[in-house]
Amino acid sequence: MKFLIFLSDFIMPLMIFYIVAYGMLMKRPIYDDFITGAKDGLKTVVGIMPTLIGLMTAVGVLRASGFLDFLGQAVSVVTDRLCIPAPVMPVFIVKMFSSSAATGLVLDIFKEYGTDSPIGLITSIMMSCTETIFYTMSVYFMAAKVKKTRYTLAGAMLTTVVGLLVSVVLTAWMLN
Amino acid sequence: MLNILWGVMMLIGIIWGAFHGRMAEVTEGALTGAKDAVSLCITMLGVMSVWTGLLEIAKKSGLIQSMTKGLAPFVNYMFPEIPKGHPVKEDISTNIIANILGLGWAATPAGLQAMKGLEELNPHPGTATKSMCTFLIINISSLQLIPINMIAYRSQYGSVNPAAVVGPALVATLITTLVGIIFARIMSRKEL
Repeated sequence: MKFLIFLSDFIMPLMIFYIVAYGMLMKRPIYDDFITGAKDGLKTVVGIMPTLIGLMTAVGVLRASGFLDFLGQAVSVVTDRLCIPAPVMPVFIVKMFSSSAATGLVLDIFKEYGTDSPIGLITSIMMSCTETIFYTMSVYFMAAKVKKTRYTLAGAMLTTVVGLLVSVVLTAWMLN
Repeated sequence: MLNILWGVMMLIGIIWGAFHGRMAEVTEGALTGAKDAVSLCITMLGVMSVWTGLLEIAKKSGLIQSMTKGLAPFVNYMFPEIPKGHPVKEDISTNIIANILGLGWAATPAGLQAMKGLEELNPHPGTATKSMCTFLIINISSLQLIPINMIAYRSQYGSVNPAAVVGPALVATLITTLVGIIFARIMSRKEL
């Protein structure tokens, strides 16, 4: 457990240190490079802004209508047995299809339950260790013009389910 | 995908709200959602710019390139069918490193290039090769060193320690990738 906290505290500063030091050793104009890159970051955020506005509006509507509570109760029959909090399930399923739609739900969870609550922590970890299976597979196989994908989907599903379970276990571990 | 998903979310929300007499709340929810998205983006502007700025230093100084080269032994081990020194291996490495660093825009073009290259090596065009399955399973198992988006979202929503999930997330992503690798190895020995 201490190791996990250590990792969380150290990765970011160490990585920044490493990148900056490496750049200086290579005698790069690092601050100019940083500015160039930062501009790209601005563009990226502005680019995803319309998507986020659209999806957070939709999630806002779903939350206000009471549908998300209903959905949570409906899936809790199954999830309670697996010790997975019900609100996590919609995120888990939507994430397989669309990362941005899942983000909308994640932000709703952060607002409703808090970022540092068990549900908030599970969601944070799960979102960081899973991918949009169906989107990625369709884009990548389409590029190669491959129709028969064999065991790719099975492997992808397996890693995703493992990701969810690991998130639950790690969260329980973090909070104890 | 989003065209349907988004439409369904909106329609279900409005119908559900109508039947439960919550139309005023639905309007309020839509407005709040839109407003929250903008304030979230303002937080994101700062965090993402610092991150992409740092990664630009890493790119220009050759750090990313040397990381890509360092990945070669792993790629050779995971993709034994690809001939030695084939350019596809470079695309695969670039894709994996870009994913680790959270560079979505750099990951996808290299990944698509890799898939096309793998299809050229494919003795049965149209059917995925072992290498393709392995590549995609690793890709989908999500290798990410620092989930920068998650950190930004968490800080926007008042987390005491937004980066607290970095360690657990790294452990989780290592486990899922390891499971993916083991699965891909077992399956590639079994089939064909």
